[in-house]
Amino acid sequence: MATIDIDGVRKRFGNVDVLHGVDLTIADGEFVVLVGPSGCGKSTLLRLIAGLEDISRGAIRIDGERVNDLAPRARDIAMVFQSYALYPHMSVERNMDYSLRLRKTPAERAREAVEGAAGKLGIDRLLQRKPRTLSGGQRQRVAMGRAIVRTPKAFLFDEPLSNLDARLREQMRGEIKKMHQDLGATSIYVTHDQIEAMTLADRIVAMNEGLVQQIGPPRELYEHPTNLFVAGFIGSPAMNFIDATYRREGQNAFLVVGEKRLALDERDVADGTPVTLGLRAEDIAIDADPEDPGAIEATVELVEPLGLGTIVHVQALGTHIKALSLAVVEHRVGSRIWIRPHPEKFHVFEEATGRRLERKAQFAAELPA
Amino acid sequence: MSAATLKRAGYWTMHYAIIALYVAFALFPLYWLFKVSLTPTKLLYSEGVRMWPSRTTWENYGFVLTNSDFPRFFLNSVIVSVSTAVLVTVVASGAGYALSRFRFRGKFWLVGLMLITQMFPLVMLISPIFRIFTPLGLTDSLLGLIIVYTAFNIPFATFLMQSFFDGIPKDLEEAAMIDGAHRFTAFRQIILPLTLPGIAATLGFVFTAAWSELLFALMLISKTDASTFPVGLLTFVSKFSVDFGQMTAAGVLALIPACLFFFLIQRYLVRGLTAGAVKG
Repeated sequence: MATIDIDGVRKRFGNVDVLHGVDLTIADGEFVVLVGPSGCGKSTLLRLIAGLEDISRGAIRIDGERVNDLAPRARDIAMVFQSYALYPHMSVERNMDYSLRLRKTPAERAREAVEGAAGKLGIDRLLQRKPRTLSGGQRQRVAMGRAIVRTPKAFLFDEPLSNLDARLREQMRGEIKKMHQDLGATSIYVTHDQIEAMTLADRIVAMNEGLVQQIGPPRELYEHPTNLFVAGFIGSPAMNFIDATYRREGQNAFLVVGEKRLALDERDVADGTPVTLGLRAEDIAIDADPEDPGAIEATVELVEPLGLGTIVHVQALGTHIKALSLAVVEHRVGSRIWIRPHPEKFHVFEEATGRRLERKAQFAAELPA
Repeated sequence: MSAATLKRAGYWTMHYAIIALYVAFALFPLYWLFKVSLTPTKLLYSEGVRMWPSRTTWENYGFVLTNSDFPRFFLNSVIVSVSTAVLVTVVASGAGYALSRFRFRGKFWLVGLMLITQMFPLVMLISPIFRIFTPLGLTDSLLGLIIVYTAFNIPFATFLMQSFFDGIPKDLEEAAMIDGAHRFTAFRQIILPLTLPGIAATLGFVFTAAWSELLFALMLISKTDASTFPVGLLTFVSKFSVDFGQMTAAGVLALIPACLFFFLIQRYLVRGLTAGAVKG
């Protein structure tokens, strides 16, 4: 097991900068998920760590050793590919012990390792089969088995679940998490699926356009996104964004959205600044008291029952807003209701920069618990 | 029988009739070659055009195999064609892999140059090659022929191999390199076995090209010892007559190695080895 240090790493393909300087330190045994839309550079970063691409600038250190110029084979890391990349002309057993045979591991020990890994993954009866005879889920397991047989310093996962159907994906997600708990291996996992990121990660690295946007535990990214990108990317249903203006009159701060005024804690920004208000669907109550000053009139546009709850799409404040209720919602499309966003859960971002506007410290301290 | 079944039957009859017609058209010259080789020389002119001679004989084959230089030509052709096919395939595999996998400076121009070599008619190059080869002692030599054939076949074979490598996911050798393989080991143990159909196709293509090449063989070789069989066939043409019986017998014999060769590699040509490598 190992620590991985990424220090000012840049990558340029021809004239295109793909990574604009990434800094990240991954602790021994940590599960880090790189998440972002396609083209954000997350896979490139993973390939740089694996040694499949050359680093343009900066350094990567594994266990303190600079690996910039080390070939992939010398880095002692394992990787699970999105395509699985199983060797089609070899049996499952040969696929799994290929790395051990390259290292001249004694046959007896190699067999033990393969059988151990196969047992753990429930593929022990497939060892003599060729990859083409396996289902998607089985291939996925073989690919994982190939990674764990040789207990490498770190595991790299490149969107390993995106070729599986939804049910299988959920199951494998659980198994990957369990495997990490058992092995405690340093893992870096790339995905565009924020649910995978939330469920698997010790820490999430949200990336966009070659830059790290935010690094932190899943809840931190969820509850305190540092900018509009992270706020919009993390969470499902996606956060509602509403254009607003920040106003301050004496001790009172509020947001102006159209005709509506929404009370707010003071932020460290000038009166009259255009901002974006972010509201998570689950932080909006439906069927609020119309007398409540925070209540907003809304028209139901669409009702999506999830089983677990209901997503109600409404037209309010001059835009579309999604609210998530855990109760059964009986509203008809077109009916008028009152919604009430939870003022403590307002996410306010400066419109010009997209950066999060925190509460002013003294106000935060005075807030009732 | 209903009208629909009849229509269907008619359709398939038509279908097979057209295929049969095409096959007959393509194979008829071969049949004629074989027929003439079995016809006794005396009957060849006296019987006129007949689908099958009234009497057949193997004596043309006997004569070609025992009393002519044909076995020598045949052996020369085998040496030249096999060497060329193997050399070209080895070089083209390496070059095709490089073109498929690596970005390097000058790649565009290199590919362009290789394409340009394919644009010139070979006839233009005969005299310069002759001038170069004579002082080097490469005329009248099988080695000279092998060099020329190899040089002319490599560009096309490289493009052919490149397209086969392009069809093999890059992930496979990357997985192997992470598993601990050197790039060359990954190439040899993972990529090459999957490229066998491509290698077979390239071998077959180059072998056939070298086997039937006449122009250079004729120009660069004047000694009987070093002649290949296409040149050898011409020895059956004398100033006053053409010995069709012996010539066709030699032609039939010359077909055998090509057929054998394709028989050996055909299973690689049809097998799709990459099935199951990645999700498909």
